[in-house]
Parts: sequence; structure tokens; C-alpha cells
Amino acid sequence: MDFVQMRGITKIFGKVVANDRVDFSVKKGEIHSLLGENGAGKTTLMRMLYGMSVPDEGSIILNGSPVTLKSPSSAIEQGISMVHQHFMLADPMTVTENIVLGYEPRKGPFFDRKKAEQQVAELSARYGLQIDPKATVGDLSVGNKQRVEILKALYRKCDLLILDEPTAVLTPLEVKDLFAVLRSLKEDGKTIIIITHKLKEILEISDRVTILRAGKLITTKNTAETDAAELARLMVGRQVQFEVQGAKPVAADAPVLLEVKDAELRRRGMQLLSGLSLQVHAGEIFGICGVEGNGQTEIIEAITGIGQLSAGQVLLNGQPVHKPTPTKMADRGLAHIPEDRGLRGLVADFSIRDNSILGYQRSRRFSRRGVLDKKAIEMHTRQIVSDYRVKVGSIDDTAASLSGGNQQKVVIGRALSQDPDVIIAAQPTRGVDIGAIEYIHQKLIEMKNAGKAILLISAELDEVLGLSDQVGVLYRGRIVATGAPADFDEQTLGLLMTGYHKDTEKEERPCLETLHSAFAKS
Amino acid sequence: MLGNAAQRVCKVLKSKKLQTSLLALVGAIVVSGLILALSGYSPFVAYGAMFSGAFGGAANIADTLGTATPLIFTGLAVAIAMKGGAVNIGAEGQLYMGAFAAALAGAYGKDLPMVLHIALCLLAAFIAGGLWAVLAGGLKIKLGVSEVIITIMLNYIATYLTDYLTTYHFKAEGMVVKTKRVAESAMLPTLYPHSRLTVGFLIAILAAVILVWVLRRTVFGYELQAVGLNPFAAESGGVKKGRQFLLTMLISGGLAGLAGACEVLGVHGYFMKGFSPGYGFDGLAIAVLGQNNPLGVTLSAILYGALRSGATMMDRMTKIPQDFVGIMQALIIIFVATPGLVYFYRRKKKKTAAIHKGSETAPATTEEV
Amino acid sequence: MALTETLQFAGTMFSGAMRIAIPICFGALGSTICERAGIVNIGIEGMMLAGSFGGVVGALVTGSPWIGLLFAMVAGMLFSLLHGVLTIHYGTGHIISGLGVNLLASGVTTVLLVAIWQNRGKSEMVGTLPTIELTFLKKIPFIGQAFGSFSPLFLLLLAAVALLWVFLYKTTFGLRARIVGESPQTADAAGISVPKMQYICVLLCGLLCGLGGAYLSIGDIGMFSRDMVAGRGYIAMAVTIFGAWNPIGALGGGLLFGLAQSLQFRLQQSGIPVQLIQMLPYVITILVLLLVRRKGGGPAAAGKTFDREKH
Repeated sequence: MDFVQMRGITKIFGKVVANDRVDFSVKKGEIHSLLGENGAGKTTLMRMLYGMSVPDEGSIILNGSPVTLKSPSSAIEQGISMVHQHFMLADPMTVTENIVLGYEPRKGPFFDRKKAEQQVAELSARYGLQIDPKATVGDLSVGNKQRVEILKALYRKCDLLILDEPTAVLTPLEVKDLFAVLRSLKEDGKTIIIITHKLKEILEISDRVTILRAGKLITTKNTAETDAAELARLMVGRQVQFEVQGAKPVAADAPVLLEVKDAELRRRGMQLLSGLSLQVHAGEIFGICGVEGNGQTEIIEAITGIGQLSAGQVLLNGQPVHKPTPTKMADRGLAHIPEDRGLRGLVADFSIRDNSILGYQRSRRFSRRGVLDKKAIEMHTRQIVSDYRVKVGSIDDTAASLSGGNQQKVVIGRALSQDPDVIIAAQPTRGVDIGAIEYIHQKLIEMKNAGKAILLISAELDEVLGLSDQVGVLYRGRIVATGAPADFDEQTLGLLMTGYHKDTEKEERPCLETLHSAFAKS
Repeated sequence: MLGNAAQRVCKVLKSKKLQTSLLALVGAIVVSGLILALSGYSPFVAYGAMFSGAFGGAANIADTLGTATPLIFTGLAVAIAMKGGAVNIGAEGQLYMGAFAAALAGAYGKDLPMVLHIALCLLAAFIAGGLWAVLAGGLKIKLGVSEVIITIMLNYIATYLTDYLTTYHFKAEGMVVKTKRVAESAMLPTLYPHSRLTVGFLIAILAAVILVWVLRRTVFGYELQAVGLNPFAAESGGVKKGRQFLLTMLISGGLAGLAGACEVLGVHGYFMKGFSPGYGFDGLAIAVLGQNNPLGVTLSAILYGALRSGATMMDRMTKIPQDFVGIMQALIIIFVATPGLVYFYRRKKKKTAAIHKGSETAPATTEEV
Repeated sequence: MALTETLQFAGTMFSGAMRIAIPICFGALGSTICERAGIVNIGIEGMMLAGSFGGVVGALVTGSPWIGLLFAMVAGMLFSLLHGVLTIHYGTGHIISGLGVNLLASGVTTVLLVAIWQNRGKSEMVGTLPTIELTFLKKIPFIGQAFGSFSPLFLLLLAAVALLWVFLYKTTFGLRARIVGESPQTADAAGISVPKMQYICVLLCGLLCGLGGAYLSIGDIGMFSRDMVAGRGYIAMAVTIFGAWNPIGALGGGLLFGLAQSLQFRLQQSGIPVQLIQMLPYVITILVLLLVRRKGGGPAAAGKTFDREKH
């Protein structure tokens, strides 16, 4: 019998139909994947199952009886829990406080901290999710924060666990770890829904998979009866090219356009960059792989001039840049695609027109003696819109009115239209649909073929390996290995990314536990 | 060309912001009227008295515009700060500093031709007010504490500081504690005899027009607004946000200083403690009602001028104290800042998100649903 | 002998500081609980003013300053409810809404002042709360001057500080309130009603501000005069910050400010220009903020409107 049935669910945000008459069902005790591109409506559907938003139409049936889920608390009462992509944790509070929140053990009106800590310790021992109940959440690694989230769900005695893109922030080894936990939960009789867009993971972990496309449910399949190619086709609605084509090899005598020498950065007693060096040649894409938080943001900020290094140098075209600032770097031919377009890439409430010159407002192309040249700006904006096929109503609409993919096209169009020599492309395809991803990849390859030096920083390992000529592995503020993508297999890469490689073996073994459990299971 | 202009007017009339402000105004008038009625007064008599006080005859209109003059400046001061991402509650203090500087420049700068002398006084006021605001901005950056608290503290300090300087160092002869009278060459010519309406009003309008141009057409205005809307993106876009923030405060405080200068050079002729009945604080409400748009601010300031001069009349003709205007002002800003109240008759489908999120303008994240 | 005198002097200073600190501490406690739950409240000033006024009206109508105290709490809560409805329900900017509350409170109390007493400056005199006299302490130097006689509101303040501290750090409710101010999404996803928590905290804030305001009128001079809070609400907000959003810190900060002010009264007899002395408390406030900078940093989500549908 179906454990959960969502019938005829429709949800509309403004003009966007996020879910369109979706009939979705899950069986008791299965691991069910929800597959779809960004914006397909997966998260929206699951938020309704968790009571965080209310369907405009349709009904939810749990264990045969209809339920109304008006808020997360009603969902929690029904045994439903959700681990969100952006963790729902209060950083200054302890692990225990975060886990028991809402269902705290108490003595009279008082919070019974001892009992709470004890319960958390028991729970973490029982499911093999090791964590210090007294630790402050803000100090934990991403993987550990996820454990806290899962423990939170278990603490509430959930029967159905929903995980939204749980592997997006994890290293390959952490993913294995997570999957092991999920399997043991399944054995324990829990039902699990995973939202994801990673085909490989679906094939590995799930019993069934449901595909959503543009808000509609396409089909549900038994995982055993399908393969990656079919899933991809169902998800996108057409054949997808996974391979990047037409990339020219790097010329043997290509000059180094971007170089970072012995970059050091200490901030508030933390060593964020420790002797990072790298070189990017003309016509080369240099990709950085690494777990988030190992210095990616800091090295981007140092190269683009947003932040300053404690020691070390950034060289453009062989020339060291003294005290880089964003303006100085832009003047010397550096273009920046920021890793978080909402935060650094766009001014959401500015028009598309105004956003199209951000960073170049002082350039002679767009202003003279401090006065903006409206005509030039308008032409420039229209050029970007047509060159990059940005879907806009009017260029005077705000950037916030665009979809994520179109916003990213504005950001990329702005950076690339200035004919830069060096491009810092950070998370260029984050939160962008597959069509736009292909397009952005193609543009990057075009730039590379035109002789630009590109530094690519991405959390998508496949993207880095697929596009790059050279790959550097970033760990704790240092490039610990470089080579062609083909030089690394997944296992080695995973080891390097978690600091477990020959040079550092003696000093640091941060993930030994993870490794052992991973090896034991493989 | 004419069609173009007409189109523009249409666009302005259809703009949601204008509608919000107008509806808010109507809402505030109705609710204040109800409050009056409940307190046992006749709202019609009250509003009638206010209207005739504000617009009944040329002298009244002149007074309304004259009262509006400092309000335009303080409204612009707050508005430009808001555009640049700062909540400047310190306009009152900046106004005091500016007024004091203008009074000194007016009294001690001698034998100057009129235009030059006035310009000198205005410049002194702009710099004094501006620096006082920069001090607040600098402390905010240094302390990491909301500029709201700091500007409020600096308001008190400015009032006491100018009073101290007047009493102990620049006191004019006589019983009353005030500065020496400014020279004739520094007095702003009146536009209507025996009224508060002076050339200052024209300067205020000019300031508003210049600000419109700066915000729309200059790199400076572009960067100012970028910092206000998303400081991180602005930083990545090559704007030095700390420097820009201080410049914004400088201009904001400078404008508030000009408000003080116009009062001293146009109305009083000297500086004296307590000369401002809270023009700086009115500036906040005016900026909110004018939705931080310089032209909107100018109109709101004139409305506030009318409220103030009308209130005096109402106070005289009825038993209603002029403080009643405070209630109206409060309701106006509450209504403008709360579109949900204004559009209560519409279906509550989509709640408009908060525009001013505390003192920080949080970058709007643009994730997909 | 000299020692006794010094101690007596210190005691008198302390008692003066205490009197100044009481209303400010109440305001700061209110602001603390409010900001902890994520609501920035500039309207402290107005809520205190409403409390002052309500206290006098209550004392006048019922003849009892104690019942006046109840009126004061209700008056403070009415205005805090307005701030709550605007910020929590309608998503109005917290600063703007707070300013509106202040303007409104100032306008309403003045208009009512005229309506009730036909006087623009002050109300008629009403009975004040009796002071608590501890005669047996009077002989002891320092203690005698400092604690020999004090307002019952001082005891209430100490109780409020203790209760609020226990409430914030020891009860489940307090834990939830703090998480609401830190990360409302987290609280919401844990099934906690964010608006409910915020309303409770905002109302509590109004109640505390009402008490602080009441001290100024029925706790001290026995009447209401227009705008009698005179900026104490804003000072209370600064005190909140250097008390690091902690009730005990608020008490300490308030007392510190009281000492500065009390020192000011002393200095006025010394020939230093009065204006410079009057500036002192505000300068000290800024200096103290300078010293404690970046301590704690405050609740992360304070001032942001929570809307579940917008994530």
C-alpha cells in the first residue's frame, strides 16, 4: 500500500506554476528519488508535504487517510521530517539545542539540558552518527551539520524522511557515508525521499525514482529497470550531450596569464590560505576541486581584489599587481563571475540595464567624467540580451524578476563582453537549468579557444573534470595536487579533497573514520 | 516630444509607489479624523482650520512654503541616506551643526558681496552638517553598531555642544543666549514680504533637482544606490563601500546642515538653542512618504509644511493642540511603510516583503522557488 | 571620618544612579527580549511614554498608584502590540514602524493631556507609589545612603532581571525565543510558531516599557508632563547593545549610565559648563559602545521579517 499519496497537487507562485496537478506516491520502507532540473518543482512539492507551504489544489493522503498539513508541526506530528538543502540550524546554539528544538525534554517549565544531551548521545550512538552533543553548531563541518539535521529528524521519531539535495555539499566519501546511514535507516523501517539531480546517486541508492519536469510529474520508474541515459532524457525532455565538444588543446608555448604565488591569508587567527600557488595559461581552463570552505572564496576574493592577501602575489600577464582592487583588476583585463550571484553578482533591485554595467560603471565605454552614457549602456545591455539569449520582458525590469538561469546569463554576459584576458568563473552553473548549463559551458569553451585563461571553481566535480585542461585539488588553503583530469580517478580525488594523501598523511588524518567506514562498505 | 512627456506623466501616475503614498495619505487623514471625533472634536472643523491656515491666502501659502524649506532639505538628507543604505536619524543634530556654522560665517564673514557671503555660509553649513554625519558613519563602521543608535546619541551631543559654544564663546550682547546677528549681506532675500518664504526655498528645489540628476545619471549616484541595495555586489563591482558610505553620509548631513542654514539666514538671523521644532525628525517621515524619491520628498515636505502652518491656525481657532499633527504624521509613515494596510481591500494573495529591513539593507537573495 | 564621608557620598551617588537607571533598565530589558526574538524596537521611547501616561490616568481614575501601574503596563502593551502587528503581520520595516510608534505615542499622549486636563504641559498631581524605607540600614555608611530607601519598582526591576534571565536561558520557551531571533527558518521548520513567539516577546517588551515609564510619572514626581521620557528609550536601546542582549548586562549597562548621569549632577555644582556635563552621558554611551564593540554581535535575524513562503 502507498504510504504517502499526493493527489492532484497544484501550486502557483505569482505567474509561475511550480507544481501542476502532480500525483505522487511513495511506498512504505522504500528509498524514493525525486529527480528533476532546477526549477522543476521538486522542492516545492516536498515543502508542501512538510507543511511549509500549502497546496493551492489537491490533497495529501497519509497511510490511507487524508491529512491537512498547515505547518511543519502538523507534518512532524504525522511522522514526517525534512532535511533542507540550506540547513535549518541556529549556528550559535549547541548541537543538542538544535536537535531537541520544539520537543525539548523539560522539568516543569525548565529546559532539562542534561536529559536532552543524554538523549542526543544515545541517538547518535544508535545510528552511528557520531557527534558531540555539546559542540556549537557553527563550529561544525558541513557534513557534521547534516548529521545534526538527520539526528533532529530521528529525534522526532520520523517515519518519513525527506532530504533535499543532501549530497550537494558533500565529498564523495561523505556521500558514501550518508548512503550507508540511509540504508540502515531503511532497514529500520523508515521511508526516505531524496531530492536530487544526480543520476549516478539515484541508481546507487534508490528503489524507485519519480521524474518531474517543469512542474509536471513525468513518470515513476523502478530504479532497477532504468539507466542514466533514460533518466536524463526523461528529466530534460530530449537527448542531452554530456560531453563538451570542440575544445582546442592548450598550445605548448601558451604564456601564463594568471599566476598566484605563495598566497597566504590569516584572518582572526584562522589560516585560510597557506601557500597557495597556481598558474593558468592562455587558452587553458584550470579547474579547482575541493570541498567547500577550503579557501575557494578567499582565493577568488584575493584574485579579484575584493580581499587582500597577508602574503604572496597575484600576477596578471606576468606583471605582479600591487594591492589589487576590483577596479584595478578589471582594468587589467580580469573578468569575474561571482560564486553567489544573488550576493555578489547582481543588485536584485537594479534594472537589468543597470546590472549590465556593474563593475564597469567607471569604464570609458559607459561614462565620461562621472556622467553615465545612457545610450551606450542601453546598446550594451541589448547586446548582452541578444548575444546570451537572456529572456527578458524589458531591460528596465529588475534583475530579481529574471529566472536564475537568465540572471546568470546577465552576469556571464557582462563579464565576457569586456573582452577580458583572464576569467574567474566561480560556480558558473549553480542553480541554472540544464539548457543554460550547456550554453554556459559552450561559452566558456569558446572563450578558452579564443585564448583566454580561465580559472574555474565549481562544487560540481563533473563540471570541473569535464571542462578543465588542468585540475588542482584545494585542501585547507593550498593546492595539494595538480594534473590533467584523466590523471585522477574518483577515489584518489576524494582522498585528496579530504586531506588524505601522501604529503600530509603524517600530520593530518581528519577523515580517517570516514575513510574506514567507506572502505569497509565498498 | 510632447507625447513622450505625456507618456512619462502617465507612467508616474500609474506607479505603485505614488498610489501607495496617496492612499496612505487618505488613510491617515481618515483615521486621524476618527481619532479626533472619538476625542470629542469635530474633524471637519479641524481640517477646515488647517486648510485655511495652510492655503487661505497668499501670506499663508508663503508661510507654508517657507516652513517647507528646511523640511525639503532634511527630507532629502534622510532620503539620500536611505538610498545609500543608511538610516540617518541624526538629521536634527546635523541641522544644528549646520545652522551654527552658518550663523558664525554670517556674523563674522565681513565685507563680502551678498552672493559670495551667502554661498560661504551655505558651504560652511554643508561642511559642518556633513562632517557631523561622517562622524556617525565612521563610528558605525568602527563600532559595527547600527547607525541608528549613534546618530541619536550624536543628536543630543550636537544640541548641547552648539549651546555650549553659543553660551561660552559666541554669545551676543544682551540677556538672551544667542549668537551675534548675521550681516545683512548673508541674509537670504525674502520672496514674499514678512513671511518665512525666502530664496532658500528655491535653493531647496534646486537641490532636489540636482539630486534627481545625480541619482539617475551619474556614476556617483549609481554607486551610491548599488551600495544601498546590495553592498556585496557593489564591492565586487569595484565600489569602495566604506568610502562610498561615508560620502553618502557627508551629502546627507550636508543637506541637513543646509536646512539649518536656511532657518538661520532666512528666518532668525542668529543661532539659538531650540530653534528647530524637530525639522530633522520630520525629515524621516517626509522621506518615507516621498518614498526616497527627491521629487516625492519635495512634495511631501510641502505637505508637511502645510500641516505645520495649518496646525498653528487650528490650534488658535479650535481647542485641538497642534501636537495632533504628530498623530497624523505617525499614521502617514505607518501607512506608507505598510502597503498591506493601504491595500487592505485587495485580495491578500501576495504579501509585499519588507522594504526596509532594519538598518541593514539585506541583499535580496534570488533563489529559485 | 573621611572614609565615612566618602562612603556616604558614594552611597548617595549610587542611589541617584539607581533612580536614573530604573526606567532605562526596564526599557533595555524590553528591548533585549524583543531583539532576542528578532524584532528591533525603536519604539521603546513611545511605549515608555504611554506607560507614564497610563500610570497617571490609572492612578487618577482609581485613586491607587498600584492600579496605575497596571494601567501603565496595559498602555505600554497596546503600543507594542501595534509595533508587533506592523512588523510581524504586515512586514513593515522595523525602524519605520518603531518611529511611527514613537510619533504616535507622543501625539496621542499630548492630545489626551489637553483633552483631559486642558493643560499643554503637564497633568494634575496624583499619588505616587510609596517608597520602601529600611530604617535599620540608614546608619550604615554607603549601604544606608544607597539602599536606605528606594522605589518598589527597583525591587520589581531586580525581579524582572532575574526572571527574564531564567526565562531566556533556562526555559524551553526562552530557548525557542532565542532561536527565533537567530534563525526563524530553523524554528519554523521545528514546528514552532514564529509569529506567536514574537508577539509574546513584543508584548512582554511593552509591559516592561510600561513599567519603566510608570516609574517616571507615578513612581517619582506624581504627574505626567509632555514627552517626559525625553530620550531614555533611545538610551535603553544603546544599553541593550552594550549589555550584549543579556538581561543582566542590561541592568549593569543601565546602572553604568545612571552613574554617569549622577556624576553629571554632581559636576554641575563644580563650575564646569553645564552643557558639557549634559553631553557626558551620551559621549560615555558612545565610548562604551566603542569599548565593547563586536561583543556578541546580537541576534542574527533581528530586524528581518520572517515569511515562510519566501525562503
